[in-house]
Amino acid sequence: MTVEQTRTERETDPQPSRWASGLRIFPPGLYAGRASRLVERSLLAGKGAWLAILSGFFEPVFYLISFGFAFGGMVGQISGPGGAPIEYAAFIAPGLLAVSAMNGAVYDATFNIFFKLRYAKLYDAVLATPMGPLDVAIAEIAWAVLRGGVYAAGFLSVMFGMGLITSPWALLALPVALLISFAFAAVGMAATTFIRSTQDFDFVQLAILPMALFSTTFFPLEVYPRVAQFLVQCLPLFHGVELMRALATGVVSWGLIGHVGYFVVMAGIGVIVATRRLEKLLLT
Amino acid sequence: MVTSHTSTAARARASTGRVSGFAASILLILEGQWIWYRLNWRSTVISSVLLPVLFLVALGMGMGALIEPSEATAGMDYLAYLAPAMLVVGAVQNGAGEATYPVLSGFKWQKNFWAVTATPITPAQLACGKLVWIALRLTFSGVAFLLVAALMGAVSGLGVLLALPFSVLTGMAFAAPVVALAAAMKGEGDGFNALFRFVVMPQMLFAGTFYPISNLPELLQPIAWITPLWHGSELARGAAFGTLTLLPTVGHLTYLGGLLAIGTVLSCRLFRKQLVV
Repeated sequence: MTVEQTRTERETDPQPSRWASGLRIFPPGLYAGRASRLVERSLLAGKGAWLAILSGFFEPVFYLISFGFAFGGMVGQISGPGGAPIEYAAFIAPGLLAVSAMNGAVYDATFNIFFKLRYAKLYDAVLATPMGPLDVAIAEIAWAVLRGGVYAAGFLSVMFGMGLITSPWALLALPVALLISFAFAAVGMAATTFIRSTQDFDFVQLAILPMALFSTTFFPLEVYPRVAQFLVQCLPLFHGVELMRALATGVVSWGLIGHVGYFVVMAGIGVIVATRRLEKLLLT
Repeated sequence: MVTSHTSTAARARASTGRVSGFAASILLILEGQWIWYRLNWRSTVISSVLLPVLFLVALGMGMGALIEPSEATAGMDYLAYLAPAMLVVGAVQNGAGEATYPVLSGFKWQKNFWAVTATPITPAQLACGKLVWIALRLTFSGVAFLLVAALMGAVSGLGVLLALPFSVLTGMAFAAPVVALAAAMKGEGDGFNALFRFVVMPQMLFAGTFYPISNLPELLQPIAWITPLWHGSELARGAAFGTLTLLPTVGHLTYLGGLLAIGTVLSCRLFRKQLVV
């Protein structure tokens, strides 16, 4: 984009835009309705790192091949949602889909945002424009969701190709993956504003990896003792796995709304905390 | 006053151009690493001990509930079957972790390798010192992992003590070539992401950690043969279950030792190429 184009844009598109006046939960000045500009920037900057971004797609596929097929031979059939027995590969594939939606979003929302916040000082530069902290939060979460969505779409097509999707409900798995990504990205971004140094990223790992391992991705909830079952049910990823498994197998009930609600609340809290923290870190 | 002055001068004279002895240099490098580690060990506990333990808990106990002891698990409980291999996986992953960014950082961000080689320590000694340090780190983490595994009841016998040196050897057989790679790395280390995604992680998944490689399609099995991890987990399982036989053991050890030797020679060369201007 040339300087001239930018100038004409400024003249024809004065801030704050209509969107800003519609959003009154946050004080004016936090939001200029220009989040899409920062997403555009991420797209441009991401061009050089396409290999790193693309490689995220392979992780769940490798897990699916290794565990679903080679390991599945040792497990045989397992009871799926509704109690009907399903192949082990069909059992873990939806779980891995939820995990990849989480991973894509969390990695982007923590490592990359920390770098831009502390080292590249990108947001200091952004806030020198009419954009506010809420623009930054929305734009970065949107970028993380885009990445999570690309991974989910890729993995869904792999599942389809391997015959692991048995219900048209699976079409809803993509929007659900976006919701999961959104919630994790929002909370991840809020958490990133509390991170002091790169060593703290071990704590992110410590939250993410056990969650991926224990949220009934690889084995059913019944394996755990009672108390542990309750703890697992509190984990956000558990609700993602439940949603995905129900959609992939077509055992759909109204109870799924509860799982969706979990993520909506989580996303809301994440956005509010992230915005407040960015405001505090960057504007005071 | 006069004596201390002369002794300083004598020391300064003695240090110029004199190459330090090999063992002495290695000890100095280890001392430097240890001073750093004493202040920073806490953050390494999570990645080097806790994460392999979590894998062992989740997969060994959780999946273990789905799997009956059979021929595929060498007649063992799944938890006991997984533990020696998880020890080796931990060593390979920690070895990879220590051989990538910390080495690149010495050249690129902290630049402390230039500081070290401005002293009588040579680049080759620095490379070897770094490798010995990584081996020590793998030993610490391996011992910690085994202690936790024993508490969980995942250890089948004393043979596992022999699995520990095997796991360190495997970790080093992988880490030494990676140190060489890190010394040759241009750019900001983006290539390491690909290394972890396409080499380290698939190695864990496809080299017989969670199930024997005979479960894999026949086309994929030869890939497992070239991974250090497969040789290491064969050795570690053999040691833990007391089923080692002479010829395969010699074969695995030769392969791993060969990788370590090639990696060490390459590392020394590339350190010299980078640091001697």
